[in-house]
Amino acid sequence: MWRYFGRKLLIYLFTLVAAVTVNWMIPRFMPGDPVQSRLARASLQSPEASAAMAEYYRGVFGLDVPVWQQYLNFWGSLLRGDLGTSMWLFPRPVTEILAGAVPYSLALLVPAILLSWYAGNKLGAAAARGRWLDNTVLPLGYLLTAMPYMWLALLLAWSLGIVAGLFPVAGAYGFGLQPSWSLAFAASLAAHWFLPFLSLFLVALGGWAIGMRNLIIYELESDYASYLQSLGAPRRLVRRYAFRNAMLPQITGLAVQLGTIVAGSLLTEIVFGYPGIGYLILQAIRNQDYFLLQGAFLFIVIGVLLANFVVDLVYVLVDPRVRVQMQGGAA
Amino acid sequence: MALQVSDLRVHYRTVRGDVRALDGVTFALADGEITGLAGESGSGKTTLGKSLVRLDGRMRHVGGRVELDGRELPIGDSARMDRFRFHEVSVIPQYAMSALNPTRRIGTMVRELLRSRGIGHRAVRPELERRLRLVGLAPEVLDRYPIELSGGMKQRVVMVLSTLLDPALLVADEVTSALDVSTQRAVAEALVEFRDRGYVRSMIVVTHDLSLVYQIADSIMVMYGGRLAEKAPADALVTAPRHPYTRRLLAALPEPGVRHEDKRLAGIPGGPPELLDPPAGCRFRARCPLADDRCAEQPPFTEVAPAHFVACWKAG
Repeated sequence: MWRYFGRKLLIYLFTLVAAVTVNWMIPRFMPGDPVQSRLARASLQSPEASAAMAEYYRGVFGLDVPVWQQYLNFWGSLLRGDLGTSMWLFPRPVTEILAGAVPYSLALLVPAILLSWYAGNKLGAAAARGRWLDNTVLPLGYLLTAMPYMWLALLLAWSLGIVAGLFPVAGAYGFGLQPSWSLAFAASLAAHWFLPFLSLFLVALGGWAIGMRNLIIYELESDYASYLQSLGAPRRLVRRYAFRNAMLPQITGLAVQLGTIVAGSLLTEIVFGYPGIGYLILQAIRNQDYFLLQGAFLFIVIGVLLANFVVDLVYVLVDPRVRVQMQGGAA
Repeated sequence: MALQVSDLRVHYRTVRGDVRALDGVTFALADGEITGLAGESGSGKTTLGKSLVRLDGRMRHVGGRVELDGRELPIGDSARMDRFRFHEVSVIPQYAMSALNPTRRIGTMVRELLRSRGIGHRAVRPELERRLRLVGLAPEVLDRYPIELSGGMKQRVVMVLSTLLDPALLVADEVTSALDVSTQRAVAEALVEFRDRGYVRSMIVVTHDLSLVYQIADSIMVMYGGRLAEKAPADALVTAPRHPYTRRLLAALPEPGVRHEDKRLAGIPGGPPELLDPPAGCRFRARCPLADDRCAEQPPFTEVAPAHFVACWKAG
């Protein structure tokens, strides 16, 4: 058992190192020079002044040493929990900016993903049961899944936000408010949260429902289901077994979803102007902010790995076949 | 008569029309009789076996009756049939290796199955353990998951589970096909033992292995193209087959002591008939060396000697 987890941990560690390295490389090998763009913003007249400024910024961002040393310095500060200084929001540190954005992303995505997963599975299982429900859930599911997310989000913002005026369409809270522990602020937060949440929920729901429906139908056709029915087992028992077994691939799917949690929110946060990680990524790319981009990606990488590790653990609990392999039994 | 099947017709529904997999099958099975059901792929033998226990979604009961101990089995009505399944009729499926839910301990699955049928698990448990020991399994297999058992072990678990309530009729579908030769023998002998101990009253052993079924069966039925060609006591069928198809089938089997270097085994030329739109008359006509004009009319399945039934004009 410990050998199994030890091996898994080692693989995750390797993945982390590789991902962080790629993560460090990507912004540095992108075209464009962030120091130049900062100088352009300052619009200095004299070449001496701009040379001095460039020198200063290179020093601040650690770009004045050879590339290999930049890489080592990067790991060093990473291990100290220092992700560098943002270029876009200079001179705020990246960790502080991320810490401000992460709660918004998590509060949006975790409920949306978990609830759509839960509801989608229930809906799909119910659809596999009845012809009438199947004939409504299936086309609806395909419609939701096939719909470009941008379009759905804009449709929701337009219909419920602008035409019906039920919900605000931009920001995380009202412009006139400051974050505080007041009821008014909480209400504003919830109202702003609802539309982005709904769009994410709806778009994922269809996929889960279709997946579950197909998996259940497949399980109901399987040999163990036929055998139980040959022995006169009631539908209830057969369905319970089928549902449990069909959940296994869905759990893997959930892990992948949870992993892409941050990247997945990019479009939502842009459409609804929601100040999460996705919104930061967009701004970081626009402003060639190496450090912010690195920090945001690091967050995604860690999210993916953590989610996968949790699912590995859950699998051990729910699938005896994994447990058997772990104890060195025959596959 | 334990089982009486009269003119049973079961078709498969397809988009191109009905496939007549069972097209008028009539036979009887005595108490305690083990009958082998042989035939080539697509002859309808598995369909016949399934029809007696559970029709799958594509199968349709078109006509004919099945009676077990004088009571009609509602084979076309799955819900009403549930009462008979497990208690009266049971099956060891072709896919015994994958018949157990992979994510449940075997004991848990058995308990949940028994409870769902309203049978007290406690009352049955000692008998279950006794029978597992009988087939050479420790009762501890009940605490295992199917993945922890070998194919042969799973086969035996299914065998014990299917016959746990002492059904009057057991359909054993290709139970030996996926096993190696030594295990085949053990499984075949266990089937006979189950009958001798009264765990199962009568048995239909579906197989394409005539030589194996000859060793355990009291009688053998040969199917061809959705109909019975011949049914006879095992010895009579093997030593004095009457139907030309049975004769050719037996001629295609290797004999012990005969070297096949210089004598090639005889096959049966041609292929089985298309059951979507079967030809009129005797189904074997196109491949039969004895066929003549009379065979354009379907021959009746008649008793030509005591307990020896043949569907052939030339058999009389």
